[in-house]
Amino acid sequence: MSNILNVSPSPHQQSAETTRKLMLGVVIALAPALAASVWYFGLGAIIVTLVSVVSCVAVEYLIQKFILKTKPSVSDGSAIVTGLLLAFNVPSNLPVHIIIIGAIVSIGVAKMTFGGLGNNPFNPALVGRVFLLISFPVQMTSWPVPSGFNTGYTDAVTGATPLAIMSEGIKNGEAVSALMEKIPSHMQLFYGYMGGSMGEIAAVALILGGLYMIWRKIITWHIPVTILLTVAVFTGILWAVDPTKYADPLFHLLTGGIMLGAIFMATDYVTSPMTAMGMIIYGIGIGVITVLIRTWGAYPEGVSFAILIMNSFVPLLNMYIKPKRFGKEVKHG
Amino acid sequence: MLKTFPKGGIHPPENKLTADRPIVILPVPSQVTVPVSQHIGAPAVPVVEKGAAVKAGQLIAQAKGFVSTNIHSPVSGKVNKIDTVVDTTGYKQTAVVIDAEGDEWVETIDRSAALVKEITLSREQIIERCQQCGLVGMGGATFPTHIKLTVPAGKKCDMLIINGVECEPYLTSDHRLMLEKGAEVLTGVSIIMKALGVENAVIGIEANKPDAISQLTELAKDFKGITVQPLKVKYPQGGEKQLIKACTGREVPSGGLPVDVGVVVQNVGTSFAVYEAVQKNKPLFERVVTVTGKSVKNPGNFMVRVGTPVTALIEAAGGMPDDTGKVVNGGPMMGKALAITDVPVTKGTSGIIMFPADASKRAEVMPCIRCGKCSSACAMGLEPWLISVLGQKAMYEKAEQEKITDCMECGACAYTCPAKRPLLDYIRLGKATVIRMARERVTK
Amino acid sequence: MSSTVLLTIAMLSALGLLAAIILYFVAQKFRVVEDPRIDTVTEALPGANCGGCGYTGCRAFAETLVKSTSFEGLNCPVGGAETMGKVAVILDRQPVAVEPKVAVVRCNGTPDNATRTSYYDGAVSCRVAHSLYGGQTGCQYGCLGCGDCVAACKFDAMYMDPVTQLPVILDEKCVACGACVKACPRSIIELRKRNKKDRKIYVSCVNRDKGGPARKACKVACIGCGKCMKVCPYEAITMENNLAFIDSFKCRLCRKCEPECPTGAILEIGFPVKEAKPAEPADAAVN
Repeated sequence: MSNILNVSPSPHQQSAETTRKLMLGVVIALAPALAASVWYFGLGAIIVTLVSVVSCVAVEYLIQKFILKTKPSVSDGSAIVTGLLLAFNVPSNLPVHIIIIGAIVSIGVAKMTFGGLGNNPFNPALVGRVFLLISFPVQMTSWPVPSGFNTGYTDAVTGATPLAIMSEGIKNGEAVSALMEKIPSHMQLFYGYMGGSMGEIAAVALILGGLYMIWRKIITWHIPVTILLTVAVFTGILWAVDPTKYADPLFHLLTGGIMLGAIFMATDYVTSPMTAMGMIIYGIGIGVITVLIRTWGAYPEGVSFAILIMNSFVPLLNMYIKPKRFGKEVKHG
Repeated sequence: MLKTFPKGGIHPPENKLTADRPIVILPVPSQVTVPVSQHIGAPAVPVVEKGAAVKAGQLIAQAKGFVSTNIHSPVSGKVNKIDTVVDTTGYKQTAVVIDAEGDEWVETIDRSAALVKEITLSREQIIERCQQCGLVGMGGATFPTHIKLTVPAGKKCDMLIINGVECEPYLTSDHRLMLEKGAEVLTGVSIIMKALGVENAVIGIEANKPDAISQLTELAKDFKGITVQPLKVKYPQGGEKQLIKACTGREVPSGGLPVDVGVVVQNVGTSFAVYEAVQKNKPLFERVVTVTGKSVKNPGNFMVRVGTPVTALIEAAGGMPDDTGKVVNGGPMMGKALAITDVPVTKGTSGIIMFPADASKRAEVMPCIRCGKCSSACAMGLEPWLISVLGQKAMYEKAEQEKITDCMECGACAYTCPAKRPLLDYIRLGKATVIRMARERVTK
Repeated sequence: MSSTVLLTIAMLSALGLLAAIILYFVAQKFRVVEDPRIDTVTEALPGANCGGCGYTGCRAFAETLVKSTSFEGLNCPVGGAETMGKVAVILDRQPVAVEPKVAVVRCNGTPDNATRTSYYDGAVSCRVAHSLYGGQTGCQYGCLGCGDCVAACKFDAMYMDPVTQLPVILDEKCVACGACVKACPRSIIELRKRNKKDRKIYVSCVNRDKGGPARKACKVACIGCGKCMKVCPYEAITMENNLAFIDSFKCRLCRKCEPECPTGAILEIGFPVKEAKPAEPADAAVN
């Protein structure tokens, strides 16, 4: 017996799932949405996605290698996912330099300053998106209209999103039913025929991706279903109270970034709760805040802010909501 | 209808390579090294000296104190020396080394193979016989059986559960025992029922052993009060708390024992040993060990004498494959990796697994991504990501509040973790210190 | 100035004044009466809060110093005699001379000396490895090489040598706080008397097995033969459990024991080289 044996504590087997495989699974789940955005927005979509992904990976690599002087860990795929999600949160005509700034904020500020993967309290892609929204409000709110695959980039034709049309119109006192004439039908919204950021338009593609992730056991149903249900119920109540002032729940579910947010952004492992009950409370909170901002807030869309606000509650949720322990406590006299 | 435990659990590949290999009796080795501590509790004290002639089944070390048990010689021959040897943990302990000559057993042992079904001993006599014969839990925990069968004052026991689950991948020794010695096992179950004074016994068997389920269900018709419960295949179904929950719905309280909910759990192998001790007057000095591995030439289940060097078992299985990188004593989830194979088989050795090199090294450790999969896998409702960090950072009071002592070290969390973090390594460390601290608080 | 500005200034000033008054009275009511010397002593201490004195931080040590009547058993190893002198002046007491110490790693089980018989693949932690099994060599007492000691050192005085797989202590930075001693699960590191020029003579082994198994596991193990003990003129060497131990406070660095050791377990550090020896231990004669 001349083999020198490995010795380690048990267990001596590890599952085949790795961080990189999970990230790859998310990328695969985003593929339908990417295809939809290329279909609707053309070359701009491809450029924005590429620039975003490359910048995010580059920022992480450079910071790790030259500032932190540690082994770069870009091969775990998390920077690629952040890059994709950042791209999906911005319009497809966003200039390159703004995307790069977004990548620096997402990875550099929101992720690396906190200690890298696993340590950030806020969703990096959303922090980048909100930073860009506040710093470059004009570029970040000029949404190309879907015009089939074309080769336009920053010169794409732009128009208002359905959500913006609705919220502006309601503020001006127009009736909801009149506004709905100006907006594509629900079926068209479902398939993504609307203006908006790259990733948020095609609900069908996003749902497909979400189902894939649930099947692959990358995410569980708790967060997406809770968020969408809460939004549906809250807007449903408002719509039932006064259908002329409030749009119907299906409209709210299919427009804006709620699908993207519920399925891909809020389910980010690092910034979401660890227990099922925690996830449900988190989802309800996001749903409520989103509808509050959409209905009474200054911005037409509130998902990004809602998720970031609930991110700050996650440590509290993790601390106080514990899984059900096996066996009651035995009091020893 | 398949029952299971409600929370947590994982599905590692079963790899029951030896499920259809009948038990082979390994020849008596030329020399055995019998450690004096093969059980939980105080090591036994040798009662023989160098040069003494012994027979198989003869007492060679006496139990010391309450939680302890006897050790018997597995062979006939002469005591070579009493020495400290490296055991399967890598640390040294006292052992009695015996040179084997022939295979003469102590006369009082009934060596015939005939089934003896009638139980003539009384309840107290059964427990005493278990103690005399050095019986311990054969599932791997090696808790002295006579103590487990003595229901403490103030507690009641109304049910016996027999653990035929064998949820660890690769291991099949209990499976083969149920198939080949089913009647003896059931007689042993009846004896234990008499010792405990219960009328009902349930044998839990995982659904990946349909032949054992049907075999024992058929045989149980001739035994009063014994039923067979098929269980869903999920690790760690064989953990006694999970087994009790699945079979009866009762939850053992945190910090408590099964007898707190009126149940006692015994392994199938222990039941067989009880049969042999009570009906054949045979002390525990041999057991079935599964020797297996993907590259092993002749994997199988071997009946082997305690004290046999593991090298002899490996030889019997066709020798150690050239690409072997790790040898595990026990199952892959809770077994102990051996640093050297020149160590003796003990009463608690259920299997020897030889892993090829590509399955022997742990993957690179990555940062925790807070996915929560470890907590989903934990069958005790704990949060491994939290208690592991608490153990690592020596935050023992908080670890105790987070119920680190409830952890049964099944390894499901570390198996599941996508970042390949050594969760259980640090949980074990924290748990040991918290238990020590709690004990010191009580004695103050 | 408009009335809005005046009103604002007046409001804020009034609020500030109110807050100040409340704070003053609360501070008076909840004031903790303390010996003022505790503050001065705390200031004189290094402020590293390393626990080397045995107390939980410099302030806790200062409290103990002020409350006790003498300096017996109270010493700050980081600040040394200079700091204790300052404290003695503040408390108007006689300082007690304490021998300065330095941490020493008493194991020389490099891969050359102690053949690796297994590879440890668990969590990189000596505590975990120690509770798992005897170690990567045949010696179950020796250094496990995972660096719990290096991680415990707050003064950057240690690093793990990747070639020898043993921790290295930088004498000039070591303050003998004892953190590494506590961190080692096998008590391999010892605080020994610091001699001039950082010279050391010590048995670099903690193996308590009999000579045969010890030597089989490691070429430079102490086999407990006792030859060193016999030649020591100052009775500084004792033998217990097959292991020789040189008391650093009795040892006069005469170097008589080192050539006697048949395995080379005794190391002498910091001395001029005597003559070439056949079996040179890994880190001897570092000038």
